[in-house]
Amino acid sequence: MTTRVLLLVGTKKGAFILESNADRRAWSLRGPLCEGWPIHDLIVEPGSGALLAAGGSPWYGGAVFRSDDLGEGWTHSSAGLTYGDAAEPIKTVWSLSATPDGGLLAGVEPAGLFRSDDGGSTWRHIEGLTNHPTRPTWGPGAGGLILHTIVPHPTDAARTWVGISAVGVFETRDAGASWGPRNVGVRAEFNPENRFPVTGQCVHKFAMAAGEPDTLYQRNHCGVYRSDDGSETWQEITGELPTDFGFSLVAHPRDPDTCWLIPLSPPDQGRYMPEGHAAVWRTHDRGASWIRADEGLPTHDAFLSVLREAMARDTLDPVGITFGTSTGQLWHSADEGVSWRMITDTLPEIWAVESLVLEG
Amino acid sequence: MATVLLPRSLLALFPGVDRRHEVAGASVAAVIEALDATVPGLRDRLVESGPRLRPHINVFVDGSPASLASPVPADAVIHVIPAVSGG
Repeated sequence: MTTRVLLLVGTKKGAFILESNADRRAWSLRGPLCEGWPIHDLIVEPGSGALLAAGGSPWYGGAVFRSDDLGEGWTHSSAGLTYGDAAEPIKTVWSLSATPDGGLLAGVEPAGLFRSDDGGSTWRHIEGLTNHPTRPTWGPGAGGLILHTIVPHPTDAARTWVGISAVGVFETRDAGASWGPRNVGVRAEFNPENRFPVTGQCVHKFAMAAGEPDTLYQRNHCGVYRSDDGSETWQEITGELPTDFGFSLVAHPRDPDTCWLIPLSPPDQGRYMPEGHAAVWRTHDRGASWIRADEGLPTHDAFLSVLREAMARDTLDPVGITFGTSTGQLWHSADEGVSWRMITDTLPEIWAVESLVLEG
Repeated sequence: MATVLLPRSLLALFPGVDRRHEVAGASVAAVIEALDATVPGLRDRLVESGPRLRPHINVFVDGSPASLASPVPADAVIHVIPAVSGG
């Protein structure tokens, strides 16, 4: 049995694929792919194994790229990725996810959700989200009005969660026909007149706990949260983390009590790793306590930033964790985030990382 | 028939497609529609909602800046040129 580990990396100037074996120490690199387009997200389509990349070119607009040969050749499409001629154009595709019933979902800027049932060749607008009564009040975060996170229920195709900046989390339980905001308990400190609005929270990322569809971990502009009731309510678990702020978060593939994240200095104080000390933090008890790991990382003069999609985990045992920085460094841990090695420091600005394990 | 010259960065998205095309159409919009019939998806790369040309896409008809509504003489030469933008 041969194990291949691929890292799919989206950058401001194209996608790259790095490859290693189960040791995850030596990596080869190929790219840039997707014709150098800015790539915000990459996923693997279950079943087919196709790679899908979400992008947006300053010249040619937003589209979804597809490769059926692990990145050697690519096609692209944006057929149906439109709100219509009377509406604002779609600038870019920000996020992708596969659904449990064989479909694909794409989140776009300006924020909205689209579905494909033909592998990304054509898309249709999920109008129920755009028609939500709060839509006129939605305002952008610093990265724009973007739908950046899509978390489908693993078995119930009617149920999906999405995250929109700076609007919050929404959930559908009827396959997108209707949506409800799910932000109870989440702070919006930048709105001092109403710190707990129905919508207007700045969700940065969230992920489902392994094997527990009702447990979600959320990385927010204002703290870290966990929901134990399928997002109906959130409890803050920021605890002893050094700051409230950060973008990335990944959950363990098998242990529902474990997730990793990278705190950054406050939004008005640089948004880099606090005090220039690079570290990845993890919890093994659902956020009750946090452990800092910096072995192998630079502990001074490291003013690194990690964006929301630029952290990923693989499915090996021990789990491999990877993060990419906005200054083109790619770091990897092959021991569940305890120690770290730099894979490369010469990529363009990294926006997305995904891991893929191939056995055979 | 107008002659349309496409930019390299656009051709890269459609492997095997030639740079030069002979296309019939009374307007820039009609020419792009005709091109899309032979190169599916090409219109989406040049035209956004409105419809209008994407902000960083320039079309010149016989050397003059054009919009989707611009007329296209029968023997016109049309250049599609992405803006020199980015960083």
